[in-house]
Amino acid sequence: MNDTRSRSGYIPDEAATLALGAALAAAIEPGLVIYLQGDLGAGKTTLTRGFLAALGHSGRVKSPTYTLVESYPLPRLTAHHFDLYRFADPDEWEDAGFRDYFDADSVCLVEWPDKAAGLLPTADLVVELDVAGDGRTFVLSANSEHGTTCLSRITIPCAAA
Amino acid sequence: MTAMLVLGIESSCDETGVALYDTDAGLIAHHLHTQMAMHAEYGGVVPELASRDHIRRVVPLTEACLAEAGKTLADLDAIAYTEGPGLGGALLVGASYANALAFGLGIPVISVHHLEGHLLSPLLAEPHPTFPFVALLVSGGHTQLMAVRGVGDYEILGETLDDAAGEAFDKTAKLLGLPYPGGPLLSQLAEKGDPNRFTLPRPMLKSDNLEMSFSGLKTAVLTLVKQVQAESGELDDATRNDICRAFQEAIVDVLVQKSLKALKRADMNQLVVAGGVGANKQLRTALDAAATKRGFAVFYPPLALCTDNGAMIAYAGAQRLKFAREAGGFGVKPRWDLGTLPKV
Repeated sequence: MNDTRSRSGYIPDEAATLALGAALAAAIEPGLVIYLQGDLGAGKTTLTRGFLAALGHSGRVKSPTYTLVESYPLPRLTAHHFDLYRFADPDEWEDAGFRDYFDADSVCLVEWPDKAAGLLPTADLVVELDVAGDGRTFVLSANSEHGTTCLSRITIPCAAA
Repeated sequence: MTAMLVLGIESSCDETGVALYDTDAGLIAHHLHTQMAMHAEYGGVVPELASRDHIRRVVPLTEACLAEAGKTLADLDAIAYTEGPGLGGALLVGASYANALAFGLGIPVISVHHLEGHLLSPLLAEPHPTFPFVALLVSGGHTQLMAVRGVGDYEILGETLDDAAGEAFDKTAKLLGLPYPGGPLLSQLAEKGDPNRFTLPRPMLKSDNLEMSFSGLKTAVLTLVKQVQAESGELDDATRNDICRAFQEAIVDVLVQKSLKALKRADMNQLVVAGGVGANKQLRTALDAAATKRGFAVFYPPLALCTDNGAMIAYAGAQRLKFAREAGGFGVKPRWDLGTLPKV
């Protein structure tokens, strides 16, 4: 299903996952909240790596599972990469002071958003990755006007079309 | 110099740790609040986030330390605390408590880098290495090889590009249907597994540098599980154990080979293994064998000193007394490059 609120496709390998992340990066603007959905090993952190590299980050992209958040000050904006996997209780979201990270100058990517359901700011855009054979299927869904605008600007890379 | 009594406070992540270090008598009290199971065959450090309520823990822990050592607040000469790196909110609790308490007592504070605490903590144990040594810091949050030449003289030789080793253990356990945190259980099952049935990739093993990568192993296990399921329908216990073994073999192989390469590159003959994964039996067996064969010494400090704790902060603070400053204005450094620390 491809319409103004949703686009989907297939990414055959890691290179295509990185390319999809880069395509997403080219379409976003500061203030956007993106949820990353998918099981362990689906490629959420790989996609984030492509996303950050396209925005000018050149260092490593460490998994935020243990630190819960890794922040990247980039030329255009600051990106915060959250991983709520270890949350046992959504209240930990407030305790950690994470609400302060969501501002008009930042883009927030959140892995395992369900772990802070009800407290987490709603997503403008949701990226779902699913293992399918050797590759992954993806669905990009817009949940707000901001997200719809961003979605309309995304050029899905050839390999993932 | 007269003996100095330093209170150390650690609150960078999940654990709240408080300790008292006396520059003459050594570590005299050490308390930690954690839900973490100190499992003998620990595959990774997986603390409970619920224990991040540092605010409720830090005062009782301080009182417990003072009571244990038979000291009072008036006996303190300085307060050391973790200034970073870590979670901003968690760090602020330790920093504000340390500064407020020191300000009230009219004593100075010392800000400590969390990783420096880890790197120096082996010196609190017996037997302990002498400078210089190579440290393999391997836990749920870190996988790094460092050259430690003295206090404040550290060089990152290599580290993971993505997942930490302990994290790879826990996530792979989850993929195999083991309850999270499953790292320790995965290690137990691996012992029953056949090391020769499956072979998983050793990411970056042949690379010339000391970088590591463990994220791809997760995907390799996922692919292997699907392949087995496609061939035989389900994952029986024996097969699961064999996969656990193949996974552990791959991680241990990478950690051992990279440690050997680090010792060679740094031209050192002592290796310290810190962090929860350092308790992994197969890793220790492999490192011990390599140490005997290659003629280097390997040190495994007790787990209580390897995981996050206050003792390492009190100790590191005591080594940095000359950088003590007046309590009061303070900040925290959620991200802080170890290489920027001044040498002592």
